[in-house]
Amino acid sequence: MNIFVFVKRVPDTESKIRVDQAQKKIVEEGLNFILNPYDEFALEEALRLREAKGGKVTAFCVGPEECLTVLRKCLAMGVDEAVLLKDASPESYDGLRTARILAKALQTKYTGADLLLFGKQAMGADNSQVPAMTAELLGLPQANVVVKLQVEGNRGTAIREVEGGEEKVEFSLPAVVSAQKGLNEPRYETLRGIMAAKKVHIPVLPVEELGLGAGELGVGLEVTAMDLPPARKAGRVLAGTAEEAARELVHLLRSEAKVI
Amino acid sequence: MILVYIETRKGKVKKSSLEALSEARRQADGLKIDVQAVLAGTGLEGITADVFACGAAKVHILDSPALDAYSAQAQALALEALVREHKPAAVFFSATSLGKDLAPRLAARLGVSLASDCIRLAVKEGRLEYTRPIYAGKALLSFRLKSSPQLASLRPNIFPLFDSGKRSGEVVKKKVALDQDLIKGKVVELLGEKASALDVTEAEVIFSGGRGLKGPENFGLLRELSDVVPRSAVGASRSAVDSGWIDHHHQVGQTGKTVSPNIYFAFGISGAIQHLAGMSSSKVIVAVNKDPEAPIFKAANYGIVADLFQVIPPLKEELKKLLAD
Repeated sequence: MNIFVFVKRVPDTESKIRVDQAQKKIVEEGLNFILNPYDEFALEEALRLREAKGGKVTAFCVGPEECLTVLRKCLAMGVDEAVLLKDASPESYDGLRTARILAKALQTKYTGADLLLFGKQAMGADNSQVPAMTAELLGLPQANVVVKLQVEGNRGTAIREVEGGEEKVEFSLPAVVSAQKGLNEPRYETLRGIMAAKKVHIPVLPVEELGLGAGELGVGLEVTAMDLPPARKAGRVLAGTAEEAARELVHLLRSEAKVI
Repeated sequence: MILVYIETRKGKVKKSSLEALSEARRQADGLKIDVQAVLAGTGLEGITADVFACGAAKVHILDSPALDAYSAQAQALALEALVREHKPAAVFFSATSLGKDLAPRLAARLGVSLASDCIRLAVKEGRLEYTRPIYAGKALLSFRLKSSPQLASLRPNIFPLFDSGKRSGEVVKKKVALDQDLIKGKVVELLGEKASALDVTEAEVIFSGGRGLKGPENFGLLRELSDVVPRSAVGASRSAVDSGWIDHHHQVGQTGKTVSPNIYFAFGISGAIQHLAGMSSSKVIVAVNKDPEAPIFKAANYGIVADLFQVIPPLKEELKKLLAD
């Protein structure tokens, strides 16, 4: 199987996010960037499929030069090749732009994938757009938010999480699948893997050289504000015994907060 | 016109779709346009009353057996045809599992960008402005979309229902023929005993537990609370999920779900930044924790510094009494 995995470099989930309201962006200085946690599930699934069925796994990342670090991590985990689709422009929060870059790269330079694996969303933009948009641009079926995946010949079956239940999705390959937590337990990279990954040459392809039009590389969003969420008002601690506090709480939820 | 996609499940209209429709109706007034709704599948003629009640001037039904079992490809094809025919100014979805699956697919098909999971809409200088949480709610991004039609999905449990006072109106049923060769995947089955339970993203009240619950068996206490309160669900912190005490689909926070219920109860949850990000848009937060220094108290409207095992039984009785009235 020829498997492509698409990864993103995102701020660590521990990060405290600061915003620059004048520039309408988040402050990147001081942030620690990591491989998007959901992408680790996608990578692990790709490696398991390769171990079971043979083939090759290639990791792709769209972003600046700094993304080479996350691609090295993918290599250290065990992917065969990594490619940086170099894009110097800042975070656009526009999934369509990224999907166009990926679709173009797959139509022109990197053809022949049987399976396209993504994380269900990138932490940060939290859009959940790129997998489905890429699938549509390439005319492929999709299964998103997947917690179980089976591939047999040119058919796939996935269990995807929905509100209060799960859906079983059947599709033909090639297909787009996006991974949810629970799909597997991602492996840690080994020391040997990390050392070996350092020596691998990672091809860098500027997105401007993919042959996309200026309009296709443009951003479809016009940002008007970047704010912090309103701070929550200081609450109060209810005194008394557990029974008294519980009674007082229910009373306040009804009479003061009026939420029950 | 703003076109709103109405999701149905087991022959019923989803409440979150009605919320999106209601907000569309409010914004449409500012844009001086009307709101129409679209449902996809067969046998849906009888369930339009709530759709008219929430502000639809007209209801379109895309009638095809191929749209009964959900397929993102099939739905996107059918919706594209409707959009090209009626040229709405905007198309709204609810940001449910289905909405998150379908809206980007339709957006790519139409070649437009998408505003995902919006929590606030406004009309400024005659244009829609969208606000959505990013970094799991640690920041709020506001923007306009340059493309037309505007595509947006609206977060469930945020927007109140609209009441037009109507229960009926014009229904336009359209037979849809789909090119089966273009449909390469679909849902074949809805699974699980969980199918009847309410998801944390849909719940109006969430009883969430963390490490302080001490073990998987004690999530039973939260389920008992949930049994008492209608439209409630059980949530969990990441550490409870990672300890294997409860399935990850209950997880609230940055690696789980972002929720905005009316009341969020946090039992034995310390309040890590990732957890707070996922629940701080709740209307009221209640924290029960033995540790008075737990960060969760800084986010809570009401706090009880006590052993949760002592608080849950009387709380259950008080809730029972209140809701019996």
